[in-house]
Amino acid sequence: MDTPTLDARGLSCPQPAFLAKQKLAELKSGTLQVLLDSATSRDNVTRIARNAGWTIVEEQDAGTFRLVLTK
Amino acid sequence: MEPAVLAQVLGPLQGLFAPQDYPNLLVGLGAPDDAAVYRLDDQRAMILTTDFFTPIVDDAYDYGAIAATNALSDVYAMGGQPLLALNLVAFPANLPVEILTQILRGMAETVRDAGAVIAGGHSIQDKEPKVGLCVVGMGHPDKLMTKAGARPDDVLVLTKPLGSGVITTCAKVNQAAPEHVAAATRWMKKLNRAAGESAMLAGVRCGTDITGFGLIGHAWEMAHASGVGLQISLGAVPFMDGAQRYADEGIFAGGTLANHNAYLAHTKFMDDMCDGDCMLLFDAQTSGGLLLAIAPEQLPVFRAEMTRRGEAWWEIGKVVAEPGSIQVV
Repeated sequence: MDTPTLDARGLSCPQPAFLAKQKLAELKSGTLQVLLDSATSRDNVTRIARNAGWTIVEEQDAGTFRLVLTK
Repeated sequence: MEPAVLAQVLGPLQGLFAPQDYPNLLVGLGAPDDAAVYRLDDQRAMILTTDFFTPIVDDAYDYGAIAATNALSDVYAMGGQPLLALNLVAFPANLPVEILTQILRGMAETVRDAGAVIAGGHSIQDKEPKVGLCVVGMGHPDKLMTKAGARPDDVLVLTKPLGSGVITTCAKVNQAAPEHVAAATRWMKKLNRAAGESAMLAGVRCGTDITGFGLIGHAWEMAHASGVGLQISLGAVPFMDGAQRYADEGIFAGGTLANHNAYLAHTKFMDDMCDGDCMLLFDAQTSGGLLLAIAPEQLPVFRAEMTRRGEAWWEIGKVVAEPGSIQVV
């Protein structure tokens, strides 16, 4: 099964963080991949996920921040 | 811009202007402060500052009023009175001109409330509105409030609550209650005139205004420039209604996160502090209050003057001897 993905690239701040927060609350646990294109959104999503007990693996590729969140 | 980037781009300019060649420039790039100060004679110093930004609230009049309040604040933060101002305007061709009329009215009425006058300005077309002012103010060359005047045992006073950054950020995704946005707007529109005048009457010589670098960032600038440390009591720091709730939600402005990255290393927190409240100390403010370092013997006059004007203030900590440290207790 494909990892659920939230592609929030192209959205202006703080929309990506808000969507990621909603998605994490909806999933409660499992794995979520989040694609972002700003450091601000990356920092916000990382903080929100960490505070909610998710582990975070981050990769950067050609201007995209890929966060894999697991709980 | 981020503090580190600003330092990088402004650094080379300092070499072009040797301080000894400009003896009347009392405050310039060499010791960056809220505004530039130029001595005209023994009694008068000209204070010059400019500020502009993109819309922070939806209402056009309020946006103009906040932009003007924010620009005028630098004059009060230096211990001066604004004299005249020029409008700075970038505005899209495809927006109704009535919006700009409202923005300019908000700016002009604020300048009038400050006892100053709009004397001109400059406008360009741009994709996104940006407005602000260039302000000329006057002060006394020996009675300026700089960031370098804090001394151990001074009391730290803040004149507006924190939280405008997190509230306006949440408002962008419709997650802020209208009453919280309205209250934050009232604070942002509030001139620092009464606080500045009260500080001057009390003889205060150290102050700055809290804007984009947040309380901690501006406090660190004060500590660094004064060669002291600041101890801030988290429980005494005022927050705008709703700010703590939104901070717990964890959605912050880019500037707030940049401040956290830049200043966390200079800041000591206690272990059991609320993460959201601590983040609010880094919250990038628009048109925030003054942060003043007031000597204990000056405090009664400051309190009396603020009380007489019906103004609020918060005593949030004290100046300590250890240089360059910010402790949150």
